[in-house]
Amino acid sequence: MVKNIIDVRNLSKSFDISYKEPGLKGTIKHFLKRQTKSLEVIKNISFAIKEGEIVGFLGANGAGKTTILKMLCGLIYPSEGSILVSGYLPFRRKENFLKNITLIMGQKQQLIWDLPPIESFYLNASIYDLDKFEAKRRIKKLSDMLEIDDELFIPVRKLSLGQRMKSELLAALIHEPNILFLDEPTLGLDINAQRNLRQFLKKYNEETNSTICLTSHYMKDITSLCKRVICIDNGSISYDGKLDLLLKKLSPVKEILIICRSEEDAFQLENLGFNVKNKTKNEITIKVENKSITSSLKTILNNFDIEDLYINEPPIDEIIGKILIKKDHDI
Amino acid sequence: MNLRKYLKVYTKFLHTSIASELEYKTNILIDLITAILSLIGSIFLLSIFFQNNGTIGGWDFEQALIIQAIYTILNGITNTWFNPNLTEIVKHIREGTLDFVLLKPIDSQFFISLKKITPSGFLEIILGFCLLFYCIKINHININTSFLILFLITIICSICILYSLWFFISTTTIWFVKTWNATEVLRSFLYIGRFPLNSFSFSLRIFFSVFIPIAFITTIPSEVFLGLSQSWKIMLEVVVAIIFIFTSRKFWLFALKYYSSASS
Repeated sequence: MVKNIIDVRNLSKSFDISYKEPGLKGTIKHFLKRQTKSLEVIKNISFAIKEGEIVGFLGANGAGKTTILKMLCGLIYPSEGSILVSGYLPFRRKENFLKNITLIMGQKQQLIWDLPPIESFYLNASIYDLDKFEAKRRIKKLSDMLEIDDELFIPVRKLSLGQRMKSELLAALIHEPNILFLDEPTLGLDINAQRNLRQFLKKYNEETNSTICLTSHYMKDITSLCKRVICIDNGSISYDGKLDLLLKKLSPVKEILIICRSEEDAFQLENLGFNVKNKTKNEITIKVENKSITSSLKTILNNFDIEDLYINEPPIDEIIGKILIKKDHDI
Repeated sequence: MNLRKYLKVYTKFLHTSIASELEYKTNILIDLITAILSLIGSIFLLSIFFQNNGTIGGWDFEQALIIQAIYTILNGITNTWFNPNLTEIVKHIREGTLDFVLLKPIDSQFFISLKKITPSGFLEIILGFCLLFYCIKINHININTSFLILFLITIICSICILYSLWFFISTTTIWFVKTWNATEVLRSFLYIGRFPLNSFSFSLRIFFSVFIPIAFITTIPSEVFLGLSQSWKIMLEVVVAIIFIFTSRKFWLFALKYYSSASS
């Protein structure tokens, strides 16, 4: 049985946030006496992640995804509840724990700006106590996987965003961590760079059986990498389970476009009791519930002369977008 | 603590910082010129003060030059190590890049205090030593082992006090987020260290000895040079340095518990 590598129980986190009224009066008041209120950003959440799993954290901006990731890697102290990552309490930041994890943030960088990435890699290698030969071997292996070569010797400030992100990944993975925390790793990248990064992460996960926790607003990242998703809504978990089940739940109907050989058939189909979305001459689009797709198709193919037929899945972005506006009880 | 690893990492820090600085040759040249002009300006200012009075606070010009030399060495150390690193703490906290530091299996205070160096500060240190050797000559100072040991102890204590003060202020950024001004105030206080402590009024002397021990930083090593030092003063400086280093370390570890990281 695969063991849980991350175990979170009844986790909550509150921050003291200062707020300010608009205008000059508000500014003076804010300067003289700062008013703060305690804001509970994570509310009593529990979940467990198994070794080798890739889990996507979904939620609107400010839902609490990044706060959860930062608590998992030990950057933020939890207010209540317990977290165990790889058997360690993350916030103690023990050396062996830190050697096991990595955090990659799409919007922040750790590479030395004025120097080629290779210098940052060797610096990180010395921090992780790797000797020169081992560091060289790992840089070679990872740069092959990431398909970067000449870029390693060009100052970071002259690299494109995609090349820089690949280098950031290499710098963050040089110590071969078991657990990867990725916060919007594809932010700002073009489509090809996003695809390359996803392919790399998939390959890395397969080869090393590492556990990956990922947040992203690019749905393609989630759908192509994560079998399991945890939806965060206003600090609480609104769904934790398989992605395909979530999609089925949120999108219980599919659209079928049927092209009949005659207008007569199309007319008869329209009056058969299906939920018709639209109809033009011999083309008709109907909406069918997922569970009755097979029986509906049987009826159509057995009784009518069909020229062509398409089953359209609703766009995944649209479905997942619903999560961002739905409340707990909706999912 | 694995000393070999820390030495290896520090060698890498030196290598990467020097390489980064060498990317901008003109900037290094300007820094070097600034260091020379700043020293000339300071000596000129000091000579103006001594023009009419032979002594200030019991110190004559040749003796006061020792304080200037020690100040120049300390300022060089400040510009080489403290300025590039400790001002960066504010940036790390504001922008949330402290996250990367905290997740490395290395002491975070070591990392953020020593990661960068500004090589042009070395020139100031060299100029300071040159001035010091000149002062040894004009003040007819005999150099012996006990003198050198005492000087080394007092100068190391001065560096520790200066570092701790600066680090302490930078750490408060975790709560106050922006404390550029506070470190600037500290730098301004450091300028005061160019003058003998006795040249200030009694109340200021107390202030600069007890509350912000700038006076310790330059005056006591200079007194060692002139053979005017009293052992209780040296002992006091050692105690103050130990207390400052210890407190700033504890304060950093305490502050980290309140670090909330920047939002994404």
